[in-house]
Amino acid sequence: MTNTSGDNTRGGAPLLVVENLKTHFELPAGMVKAVDGVSFQLAPGKTLGVVGESGSGKTVLSRSIMRLTLGKNVHTSGSVMFEGRDVLNMSLKQMQSVWGLEMAMVFQDPMTALNPVVRVGRQVTEHIRKHLDVSKKEAQATALQLLRSVRIPEPEARFSAYPHELSGGMRQRVSIAISLACGPKLLFADEPTTALDVTVQHQILNLLSQQRKERHMAMILVTHDLGVVAGRTDEIAVMYAGKVVEKAPTWMLFSKVQHPYTEALLRSIPRTTQRNHTRLAAIAGRPPDLINPPSGCKFSPRCPYAQEKCFEEEPQLQTTNESEHAFACWYPVGTPENKEAFERNMAAKLPQTLAVAEGKVVDESIIEKALPIVGAN
Amino acid sequence: MAGTGKAHLRERVDTIMRVEDLVVEFPAPGGRKVHAVSGISLDVAAGETLGIVGESGCGKSTTAKAMIQLPRPTGGTVEFKGQDLTALLDEDLRRTRTDLQMIFQDPISSLNPRRKIGDVVAEPLRVWGPADGDEQKAKVDAMLDAVGIDPDVARDKRRHEFSGGQCQRISIARALVLEPQVIICDEPVSALDVSVQAQILNLLEDLKAEFNLTLVFIAHDLAVVKNISDRVVVMYLGKICEVAEANALYEDPAHPYTNLLLGSSPVPDPLAVIDEDDFDEGELPSPIDPPSGCRFRTRCDRATDLCSRVEPQIRKVAEDHYVACHFPLADLPDGIG
Repeated sequence: MTNTSGDNTRGGAPLLVVENLKTHFELPAGMVKAVDGVSFQLAPGKTLGVVGESGSGKTVLSRSIMRLTLGKNVHTSGSVMFEGRDVLNMSLKQMQSVWGLEMAMVFQDPMTALNPVVRVGRQVTEHIRKHLDVSKKEAQATALQLLRSVRIPEPEARFSAYPHELSGGMRQRVSIAISLACGPKLLFADEPTTALDVTVQHQILNLLSQQRKERHMAMILVTHDLGVVAGRTDEIAVMYAGKVVEKAPTWMLFSKVQHPYTEALLRSIPRTTQRNHTRLAAIAGRPPDLINPPSGCKFSPRCPYAQEKCFEEEPQLQTTNESEHAFACWYPVGTPENKEAFERNMAAKLPQTLAVAEGKVVDESIIEKALPIVGAN
Repeated sequence: MAGTGKAHLRERVDTIMRVEDLVVEFPAPGGRKVHAVSGISLDVAAGETLGIVGESGCGKSTTAKAMIQLPRPTGGTVEFKGQDLTALLDEDLRRTRTDLQMIFQDPISSLNPRRKIGDVVAEPLRVWGPADGDEQKAKVDAMLDAVGIDPDVARDKRRHEFSGGQCQRISIARALVLEPQVIICDEPVSALDVSVQAQILNLLEDLKAEFNLTLVFIAHDLAVVKNISDRVVVMYLGKICEVAEANALYEDPAHPYTNLLLGSSPVPDPLAVIDEDDFDEGELPSPIDPPSGCRFRTRCDRATDLCSRVEPQIRKVAEDHYVACHFPLADLPDGIG
């Protein structure tokens, strides 16, 4: 546990480098390309937000990096370098010295993450005793200290409680205490607040930022909620159909959205600052089948700006003008080409374009029927 | 937050539902009681959308279910167009309920997995609708079409062939098929992704206009509730905290709890100020043994001795804005209070 003040990291070697990571699941129906070529870097002490809808591959991505996808039908390729060590090629034994000590994870549902028949105190000390060479007494003292630092009231009394005796927020605090126990350098938080009420969510997110700053820990915050990552991350990666479609420093992403999917997501969220009955922009259809994804850009069948090229050629994630803002789109939002594409699609009355413009429900069957028209355009 | 009182009930000729002093209690071990809903009153005008918002355990779903007598409440009255549902005999209640329909949170488990979608949507018609099969089929097709589902594709499929958003639209079609006047939506979008959530919210607005519906919309997400509602009720631990027109509630929250909720909800804007040092340690007290006086006092930084002794009554703070608090965040208008 190194304590450094502030979170402005000194430059230097990144903590985590992920290159072209692919995780495919072999199923009788075919190969599910859950994560399909993801690359990013994370500096020590920084927070990356991974945002996407269900099925976008955000959870599989974080589990693949931590090597928690251990089924026989899983095929992982690419490389994950953690402090210069190749994680994907480590033996299980070597991984056991990485889990908890260097990388740890906080899961979505604290009730299933904790063992229901073991007192919470032991669940925290077990971890400490396994990884750090300490006596039972010392482990207990550390565990109490941890429970106090995650702001559990009366930690001595809660030490001997079972998970079901605690509220959802308290359980999530316990699982955070467990994941922090051995002072990891990288913490994965996979939808840590999705199962919680808003006031409790606020408490838990504050707790995570505070602990991250105090411990100078890097964090990957996985969520479906752009609101959760907006104020609490340094960088955001937006995932769609197993790929990162846009990645940028947080303020840049929100101020200059480039990818139509990110734009559509942001416009579909109701906000308390809007008047009531504000018409929301809807995204037509649903996320693609990951066994037989559409050719070209994976978002093209739902994209209001899609042109012929989008259905044929897949755009790569790239940056422009040496900025840190990367996106994978042929007609990025805000460009004249994008505006032209929108007008052309509006004139052709493309259903997915009308969905955004008028907020109508557009089913995938309707999109499929309309697609040949685009080709003829 | 105690929230008893009826100052917020309106004298309107077009009131379609009026709930007074609703109490719902469930038995708990040891002869004790869970006080799920403790004496709330509310009214809904025809064509209005009433939003009910609050955290888990606040009694919002229980209130909604008690409004259609599922189960019958422990106490209080629920009037639908002047008729007290709590006094109706079972058979009369069954007839009246055709005008009151419900949409549930989990769209997938609310559809029977073994039945074809066409049959699921037609079921209410088989009980109450026209006897003629062709007429029923035409009606089912029209409703599926209204919710954006192609009836020719969907009719013979089963629920596992549809996504969550589509299943929710099918449940909406089923709720609409008897042409009800009031639809109670219990967290209809909380199980859905944001892009699908927007579709359902827009769809509900469209259908409301098309079929002259009145909606009671329950959710825990403040932004969702604001988007769809005309008037919003904030609940906490079985009591009403605040009732107001939707925009006014969010612009000028008068109850400390409403303010806490608004401050906690995440905003998709990186420049929004997040109070990271704010560690409200509050936990929801047990509804078996709720705090005396104002039920929110254990988490409220404005609470005084008065709050533990006297339950605040609902009172007016502005036009169509009512709060149950001894120390509201708004200035009281002259002559009230």
